[in-house]
Amino acid sequence: MTATATIAGAANIRAAAAKREPLIAKPLYLAPAFFVLFVFFLLPAIATIAISFTDWQLGRADFSFVGAENYRALMASDDFQISLVNTLWLNLFVVPLSFAISLALALAIVSVSRGRAFWQTVYFIPVTSNLVAMAVVWDYLLHPELGFAAQLWLSLGLTPVNWLNDRDFVLYTVGFISSWQLIGYYTVLFIAGLSNIPSTLYEAARIDGASSPWDRFWQVTWPMLGPTSLFVLVITVIKSFQMFDVVKVLTEGGPDKASEIILHTLFQEGFIFFRMGVAAAIATIFFAVMLFLTLYQMRLFERFVHYR
Amino acid sequence: MRTRDLITHAVLAIGAAFMLFPFVWMVSLSFKEEFEIYDPSLNLIPKTWDFANYVEAFTYGEVGSFLVNGLAVTLSILALQYLTIIPAAYVLARKNFRLNGPLLATVLGVLLIPPQVTAIPVYIMVSGLGLIDTLAALVIPFATSAFGIFLLRQSFRTIPQDLLDAARVDGASEFRTLWAIIVPNCFPTLAAFGIFSIVVHWNDFFWPLLVVRELENATPPLGISIFASDEGGNDVGPMMASATLIVLPLVVAFLLMRRSFIEGLTMTGIKG
Repeated sequence: MTATATIAGAANIRAAAAKREPLIAKPLYLAPAFFVLFVFFLLPAIATIAISFTDWQLGRADFSFVGAENYRALMASDDFQISLVNTLWLNLFVVPLSFAISLALALAIVSVSRGRAFWQTVYFIPVTSNLVAMAVVWDYLLHPELGFAAQLWLSLGLTPVNWLNDRDFVLYTVGFISSWQLIGYYTVLFIAGLSNIPSTLYEAARIDGASSPWDRFWQVTWPMLGPTSLFVLVITVIKSFQMFDVVKVLTEGGPDKASEIILHTLFQEGFIFFRMGVAAAIATIFFAVMLFLTLYQMRLFERFVHYR
Repeated sequence: MRTRDLITHAVLAIGAAFMLFPFVWMVSLSFKEEFEIYDPSLNLIPKTWDFANYVEAFTYGEVGSFLVNGLAVTLSILALQYLTIIPAAYVLARKNFRLNGPLLATVLGVLLIPPQVTAIPVYIMVSGLGLIDTLAALVIPFATSAFGIFLLRQSFRTIPQDLLDAARVDGASEFRTLWAIIVPNCFPTLAAFGIFSIVVHWNDFFWPLLVVRELENATPPLGISIFASDEGGNDVGPMMASATLIVLPLVVAFLLMRRSFIEGLTMTGIKG
């Protein structure tokens, strides 16, 4: 009885303290940051959604609300469908590729007794390098006549491929260059996850008869790595949806829209054709997809960190 | 066991050779004379070392101004971000007030907005202010960082209250306590955020592409893309020299501060 009374009393005191709390503290400390957050992030995000329901074009003073017309037009447009399909196809190529290679690299790097930091550093170098500059380098490496790849192909007796100008190859080439840059990043995330698997589990598995590394991988590593794997997987999806640089610099969506992807379509509609309503509708669709992925990723991140 | 280690090292070395080959080839081409660039024999080491490509990158490709612009833009952004996020994160971390929760929720909400989504309205604002083709257009929209506020708030919360009370008893003002005690104590987090911000904005291509037209105002990625699509497309040597100069600063910085870089880009990297 007295215990409940004390708890109730404490709750009252806390409630009273909360009531005495001021509405705001140190407004001058908060103002600069929150002014920028509102003006350059929150309001523009809302404005983008609003613009997506108008027929506004850059440079025109008048515009009218057209409801969901931009969305209807996009869904009916062959070009937008091509762009969507390409984006998804690119994801289907890039995500498993990046995931498998970076996991294999992490397993290899963790398994060696010396030189882990060295290999981690080596594979991380492309992550810090400028993708646009490196895309220019890749462009020349893959040049159909003068490029290193073409010379290599010729010396192997193969017909050189026009990697960036062939409808059948261009999307994979773009995905390949983008993955090349980020593999080291995912590898480091996997290494963090792997380093946290207690070695006692491996010993226990060995005693239980998991003799080959293959068995130990499936019995210990893979289940224990679950949270990390899921986290890396979602990041690879997010990064793949955000691809833009390589396409803009090397292909402009070509040849014949074969490498047209969603952010490039957004850029073209908005800043080449100045159809801001349509561009805003694409941005809103993109926003919805990213919102879902990022919220999911944040939930996973908590588990990832917790488990570290 | 040792042989398995050796095999693993060998496989990792082959993979690494592949990953690093573009850098090696870029540097190699940047030192080659024009006739050797088109030579199909593919020598890794140039027959004659030639610096003409670098001279041309500066005189013709204006790589000097890209680098200066890139440095000015990334450092201005970082300075503004530190000035705005440190006080805001401090108040959110250490003060009890009724709007604390809603403001923190706002910060987390902004974290969910990809930069490409705000581009259209921000472009309209920037052009309305007459800032198109100025370095200010590259800096002002990034004057604060929701991610930075969140990261620092978490870090500022870990400082023991006793330490701050002691400072106040000694007569330090709140302002002084923040900048002379809290900030130095959270140096690793501030450094990680700094590296994250510099890498993101040095390498950003999307936003400069929208607001900068003139080559002389370009940042490194935009500059080299303009150079590559203009006359530079056929000028392989100077282009490779430009690429080398643009890639080099961050790669060298990374090699010097490996640990902070990897931390800054992975733990903070949840915000791509």
